[in-house]
Amino acid sequence: MQSQTIAAMRQSVIDGTAEIAADLAKTAIQDGTPPLEIIDTGYVPAMEFVGEQFAQHKIFLPDMLACAEAMKAAMNVLEPELKRQGTERAAAGTVVLGTTKGDIHEIGKALVGTLLTAHGYRVYDLGVDVSAEQFANKVREYRPDVVGVSALLTTTMRGQKTVIENLVLEGLRDQVKVIVGGAPVTRQWAEEIGADGYGKDAVAAVALVQKLLQREAVAK
Amino acid sequence: MRPKLQLLDSATVERVIAEAFQLLQSPGIKVGSAGALDLLKAAGAKVNDSISQIPRSLAEDALASVPRRFYLYDGTGNAAVAYGGDAVHFDPGSSCLNILDPRTQKPRPALSADLIRMVQVAETLPQFAAQSTAMVCNDVPSTMGDWYRLLLVLWYSNKPVVTGAFSTATLQTMLELLTLASGGSDNLRRKPRAVFDVCPSPPLNWSDFASENLIQLARSGVPAEIVSMPLAGATAPVTLAGSIVQHAAECLGGITIHQLACPGAPIVWGGAPAILDMSTGNTPMGSIETTMLNLGCAEVGKSLGLPTHGYMVASDSRFLDAQAGLESGGSTLLGALTGINMISGAGMLDFLACHSVEKLIFDAEAIGYAQRLIAGIDPRGESLAVDTFTQVGLGGEFLKLKETRVLFHREQHFPSAVIDRATDVAQLGIDSRLKTRVAELLANYQPAEMAPAIREQLLAFAIQRAYAVGLSELPGVAEMMAGCQ
Repeated sequence: MQSQTIAAMRQSVIDGTAEIAADLAKTAIQDGTPPLEIIDTGYVPAMEFVGEQFAQHKIFLPDMLACAEAMKAAMNVLEPELKRQGTERAAAGTVVLGTTKGDIHEIGKALVGTLLTAHGYRVYDLGVDVSAEQFANKVREYRPDVVGVSALLTTTMRGQKTVIENLVLEGLRDQVKVIVGGAPVTRQWAEEIGADGYGKDAVAAVALVQKLLQREAVAK
Repeated sequence: MRPKLQLLDSATVERVIAEAFQLLQSPGIKVGSAGALDLLKAAGAKVNDSISQIPRSLAEDALASVPRRFYLYDGTGNAAVAYGGDAVHFDPGSSCLNILDPRTQKPRPALSADLIRMVQVAETLPQFAAQSTAMVCNDVPSTMGDWYRLLLVLWYSNKPVVTGAFSTATLQTMLELLTLASGGSDNLRRKPRAVFDVCPSPPLNWSDFASENLIQLARSGVPAEIVSMPLAGATAPVTLAGSIVQHAAECLGGITIHQLACPGAPIVWGGAPAILDMSTGNTPMGSIETTMLNLGCAEVGKSLGLPTHGYMVASDSRFLDAQAGLESGGSTLLGALTGINMISGAGMLDFLACHSVEKLIFDAEAIGYAQRLIAGIDPRGESLAVDTFTQVGLGGEFLKLKETRVLFHREQHFPSAVIDRATDVAQLGIDSRLKTRVAELLANYQPAEMAPAIREQLLAFAIQRAYAVGLSELPGVAEMMAGCQ
C-alpha cells in the first residue's frame, strides 16, 4: 500500500470517522491489496497509537470509543473479504468477558471488548449479571485463552473470587488465564483471589492480555 | 447561567458607602504627601495639618472619572487581563521574603533563583493570567529589592505583572524598567504591562510614600491597585461590616487623590483585609472571616462599577497539607463566585510569610475548579436530555454518542495528575506528584519573546543600577546573558 493510503487509514481511526475508515478499506480491496496487509499495516498500528494516547491522557474515553468504532467499521469490510479469500486472520487469542453476578455495569467491560477486538482478539462478551456457572460453561464451550471478569461495586467484586473458585472446582482453572478489572479492583485484590492479572483501565487490560499470552506462548 | 455569590444585600452596601463618605468628612483621612494635600486643598477639601476632610461631592466626582474597564497587556501587546465587570483572574501572592525549600520542607530566605523558578512555573500555567513580583530576592541589597524582582519577571515572562514599589525613588526605577520593556512611555501608557499595588496604612492613612505613589502612577498612566488592609479588631473595627466601611473609606480617599492627579487614570478597588485572631494575635489569611472581608469589600467596589481586587487563595498552614487545601480551595471558589477581577495570593503559606512553588501548582488546580464552577451549568441546546434519549433509547450507550464526544470537553474540567484520580502518577503521594509536575512544567517553559535590543537595554540598565549600589554581580544574570544569545 502507498504510504498516503496508510496515513489516511491511520487518520480515519484517530479521527474516529467510521465511514471514511470503511470506505478506505473498500477502496484498498478493490485495488487488490490483500486484506491482511490492509489490517496489519493500515489499521492495527493506528489503534495501537490511540491506545498509547489514551494511556498518556492525551485523548479521552469518547475519543477512544469513536476510534474503536472506526476500526470496527473497517474490520466489518475486511473480515468477509478475508473469509472469501480463505486467508482468515488467525486471532491473536480468544477472550471471554462478563460482569459478575448481581452487577449490571456494562461500560468498562464493553470498552475492554471493543479494544481487544480492535487489537485482533476474538471476544465473546457474555454481558452483565453473569453467574460463575455461566462463566465456567462458556470456558468449556469456547476454550478461551483468557477470561475477563468485571465488577463496578465493592459488593459484586467478591463475585470475581467466586468465578475463580468455581473454575477450580470444575477443573478448568489451569486451562485459562483469569483477569479482573473494575473501579474498586486493585492489584492487591487480584493477587488475593488468585487472578492472573489486573488492568486499571481498558488500555491496560489489552496490554495485560498481550503480556499473559506472550508468556504463555513462551511457556509452551 | 453564571453562578454568583452575594454576601451583602444592596441596603447594606448603601450603608457601607454612606458611612465611608461620612468618614472621609469626619474624622477625614491622614495624607502624608504635600503634593497630595495640595491637590485636595485646591479641589475644595479642608486640610488641617496632614488631615484632609474630603466632601462627599469631591469623592463622587473622582469616582465618576475612574475608568470602569481597562486591560493589562502581555509582552507581545495582547490584552491579557480584563479589569472590570465580573472577569476573574488570578496571580501568585506577592513580595514574600521566604520560600518553602522543596528539599528540606523548611522555610528559608528566598533567592533570585527561587523567583525565577516560580515565574517559569507560573508562566506555563494558564490558570495564572498574570505574574506577580512574588518574592523579595535576599541575594540583592534591599534598596534594589523591588525593581530587581520586576526585572527578573519581565525577563522571564510574557504575562502582565502585578507589582508594587517599596519607595518613591524605586517606583521611578520600576517605571523606567517597564518603559524599556514596552519600548517607550507612550507604548506603556497605551498598553500597560503592569499594575502597581499601593497600600494605605490603616486606619485611614495615606502615607507620604503611598499618596505620592498614587500621584506618580496616575500621571504615568500605569494602573494603580489600592490594597487597603484593615485588620479587624486591631487597626479597624472588630465587626466585619465596620472593617468593610473603613476599607471603602480608604479606597475612596485614595481614588480622590489619584483622580485629582490625573482624571481618568486607571485604578483598582482592592485590598488585603484580614481579621486579628483574638486567641493568638495572628492575622489568619486563610480564615473564613478574612475571606468574607475580601468578598464584602469587593462587592462594595463592584456596586460602584469599579475594577476589583482581593487577596485570597493563601493558607496559614506552614506546609502543603489538608489545612492548606481547605483554606486555599475554599477562598479560591468563593472569590471566583464573587467575580473579583484579580485575586492575588496563590502559592502562599504561613500568614503570607512563606511562598511555595509546589503550593502554587496545587492552587492552580483549585483555580481550575473555580473557573469550571463559574462557567456554570449550560443547557447546551434546546433539549436538555429528551433529544439524547431519542438517540440512545433505553440502551444507555451514551459514551458512543457523537454529542458526548463533542461536548465532554466543555462539560468536564480535567485536572493535572496532581489531583488523585487513580492514575499511575496518583499512586504516589502528593509530594511526589508535585515534584513530577514541577519538573514537567519547567520542561514546558518557553522563554518570553522579547526583542534582543530590549533585552540588552534592560540588562545594561540593571548592571548600571546594581553597580551604583555596590553590587558587582547580578544574581540570575548569567542565565539572563545566556537567554540573550
